[in-house]
Amino acid sequence: MPEPDPDATTLAHQSAPAARRRVSVVGVLGELLLTAGALILLFLGWQLWWNDAIMAAQQSDAASGLSAQWAEEDRATHGDAAAPATGDYGDPLVDTSDHANGEAFAIMYVPRFGEGSQRGIAEGTGFDVLNSYDTGVGHYPGTQMPGEIGNFAIASHRSAYGGGMHEIEQLQLDDAIYIQTRDGWYTYRFRDLEYVTPDAVGVLAPVPHHPDLTPTDRIITLTSCNPLYSTAERIIAYGVLESWQPASAGPPAEIAAQVATWGA
Amino acid sequence: MYGALWRILPGPVWVRVIILIAIAAGVVYALFTWVFPWVDGIITPRDVTVEQ
Repeated sequence: MPEPDPDATTLAHQSAPAARRRVSVVGVLGELLLTAGALILLFLGWQLWWNDAIMAAQQSDAASGLSAQWAEEDRATHGDAAAPATGDYGDPLVDTSDHANGEAFAIMYVPRFGEGSQRGIAEGTGFDVLNSYDTGVGHYPGTQMPGEIGNFAIASHRSAYGGGMHEIEQLQLDDAIYIQTRDGWYTYRFRDLEYVTPDAVGVLAPVPHHPDLTPTDRIITLTSCNPLYSTAERIIAYGVLESWQPASAGPPAEIAAQVATWGA
Repeated sequence: MYGALWRILPGPVWVRVIILIAIAAGVVYALFTWVFPWVDGIITPRDVTVEQ
């Protein structure tokens, strides 16, 4: 924007093109600052929505692809003769084998989080897992495995990078949290939320906040950041294992129809 | 700066507007494809885990 110039009228009268071409330092600085502001807003839009949506779609596709692959492998092993769709399968099978950092060994599916919310769970909670296009949910090393007595603790982003736990605050009592592994399906039921500071590692204990106690329950703990778009606190969601069924029994009834479309 | 850009562009107003839109689209594409992912890797990602 040209600044008011006492000579503007005479200059404009004598040589209009020369007057318009005058560049002021303040004017250029102002335009640079405006440009910088626009770029920062554009970056935030890219990070929080554009890239978030792209990563969410890719993580979702990767998870459903892995789920379909496991179903295929199970059919190859056990044939089409499915185990009875209902029944008591006893204590859950627990895979306690070591998983390398970044290896996807489970899939999380929470109907409350909406369609396409399935995410692969990989070992480790570094950014190589949480910001990955293939997984997005990380398992805290040292915490228990799906179905195991104690605490199966996992973490994911709440906003950006696919936001695997974007809707975590919407969980309601008894909402299902399904965990699929090669072995089968673990059905957890949501119990309650907790808000803690980022150093509250007590939530990862086999009995949360009571590291001295011996666990008897099989629980799941989801951790993400709080408030939304901030990292000041952590939001924690707890659930307890309700049931387990082997892979040959197929997915739980509530999500069977949807799972059937995965990998199609 | 932007005034100079406007004057450098040839043709009538509607041609200049189309050229500017094309330039802006190219700039946004380059930002989204190369610049922002690079910047994102440099600035600290959002932390979601509990740790000591």
